[in-house]
Amino acid sequence: MNRRAVQWLGALAALLIALPALAGSYLLSLATLILFFAYTGQAWNVMMGFAGQLSLGHALYVGVGAYAAAALFVHFGIGPWAGLWLALALCALLGAAIGFLAFRFGISGVYFALLTIAFAEFTRIGFEHFDWVGASGGLFLKVAQREHTDLVNLRGSPAMFYYVMLALTAAAFGFCAWLARSRAGYYWLAIRENEEAAQALGIHTFRYKMLAVLVSSAMTAPAGVFFAFYYNNLFPEQIFNISRSIEIILGPIIGGLGTLFGPILGAAVLTVLADGLTELVAAVGWEVPGVKQVFYGVVLLGVVMFLPQGIWPALARRLGIGASGGR
Amino acid sequence: MSLDLVANTVIGGALTGLVYGLMALGLSVIFGVVRVVNFAHGEMMTIAMYATVALFSALDLDPFVAVVPIAAAFFAAGYLLQAGLINPFITRPEHSQFMLLVALAIIIVNALLMAFGPDARTAQLDYLLDPIELGPLLIDRGKLAAAAVACVASAALFAFFRYTLTGTAIRACADNYLGAAVVGIRIRHLYALTFGLGAACVGVAGCMMVLLVDVTPALGPAYTLLAFVIVIVGGLGSLTGALLGGVLIGVSEALAGVLFVPSAKSMFSFALLVLVLLFRPQGLLGRRT
Repeated sequence: MNRRAVQWLGALAALLIALPALAGSYLLSLATLILFFAYTGQAWNVMMGFAGQLSLGHALYVGVGAYAAAALFVHFGIGPWAGLWLALALCALLGAAIGFLAFRFGISGVYFALLTIAFAEFTRIGFEHFDWVGASGGLFLKVAQREHTDLVNLRGSPAMFYYVMLALTAAAFGFCAWLARSRAGYYWLAIRENEEAAQALGIHTFRYKMLAVLVSSAMTAPAGVFFAFYYNNLFPEQIFNISRSIEIILGPIIGGLGTLFGPILGAAVLTVLADGLTELVAAVGWEVPGVKQVFYGVVLLGVVMFLPQGIWPALARRLGIGASGGR
Repeated sequence: MSLDLVANTVIGGALTGLVYGLMALGLSVIFGVVRVVNFAHGEMMTIAMYATVALFSALDLDPFVAVVPIAAAFFAAGYLLQAGLINPFITRPEHSQFMLLVALAIIIVNALLMAFGPDARTAQLDYLLDPIELGPLLIDRGKLAAAAVACVASAALFAFFRYTLTGTAIRACADNYLGAAVVGIRIRHLYALTFGLGAACVGVAGCMMVLLVDVTPALGPAYTLLAFVIVIVGGLGSLTGALLGGVLIGVSEALAGVLFVPSAKSMFSFALLVLVLLFRPQGLLGRRT
């Protein structure tokens, strides 16, 4: 990172910290949503961007993390910080199971992506018949007290949720920056670019691919816990849906796969775009269901066709931050 | 549970499974040759289903007649899609192709939602209502006819690949890209042709599927997943495998619907997928690469 990059980062951090004081509640909820997708995108990016393992089922970890913490809270009154550990453990376990199944038997590429979808769908249908957590009727948390902030039970104002998500995103960013420069990060890069060559150089590819899945799945769990306590309701049909997995991965791909800022930028662009489209459609009075998503798809098509590397590498060059595309 | 019920369920499942198989055949052909995973496969099928319903309600066109123009239109659309949009992507990384087709899938689902609304549509054919009675067995006429059409279409595809020069050239492309290019095969044209054929399979399957289920826009992603599961269970690139996988999944879905709850039926398909990936990752009839 050069001096310009540090200046930009400082300015961005200052803006993000001051945001609740500057912005209205609408803007704040939008920013929280951006941070949520930046965080999950960052977690997914460890697997795909760093190690080249395409997961199309990350909604699984969001959902399991959310349900684990919410169920403990609803049934036993155990707070989210304790529930977080269960969420982390369950997600890591699921990640390990998928990774083991796939990598042990030489399943890769398209097949691996399919396996991740299959697990997510399997779990979705399972939860739809899992009565202890409300089955398809949904699981509900008592709506948050807006007046006073209770950080221990994650009940409080939108600003508190914003800061929690900001802290998570910042931590994920720092963690990924460290990972990318670590031994494992370089091994992943080697595996991503050419797995056979990496193996020939003596990298234990099975172990490091497993590590990527474990890190990525466990990292996604806190996002699920946050989701449960922020929205206060969980439906298997929504949270495990494949379209949610796709939402998670669009950010990093559009922002720039394997880069650190890509997931954040991509999440911001997509969320603002989606929201702007909603406003636009409402303003024009063309409120047929589906209009927004069609525009969304068209924009996505455009980005994929004309900016295949994502937005961030091009932007980084223009801003004069790091010729290597900001990695 | 009586034996009659099991037998009836298995027969109904197998007939539905043949239509599934034809849909999966389209996916398998496209992946086997072009090496692009069509993530908009189920969405394309819902287009065919809506076209069938629209032709039926507007022009009173029988689905068994409509299948011909719809298959032709799908072939043309598939050809143009590959030639115009996907061919530039065949050298790009997998996730890039994936994004392209996901974008397409999102557009299709929601364009259908805009055009037809979220309500289920159906085309009811009166002459298919009474089931055929064979002793204790009751066979649904609609399912039987749909399965028959699926079999004819599959047989035609097999014959095309086996006996025509173009079919042989396509197989050559799939076996050895470089070798095919060296002997002067027009690969991009054949890729587009293959995508067209795969799309035509989906078109026929969509017409027939209207006889089995009501269509909603949300059906698309579910069928994309189903097609994947079938193709992987049967073996990617194996044409008979796709049909076999279709029948297997059709039967397992039908049995799960009777033994447990209908909403849990796809759980069985996914469990079957995990088992196959565990013990025979190349699929039941696939070759190990």
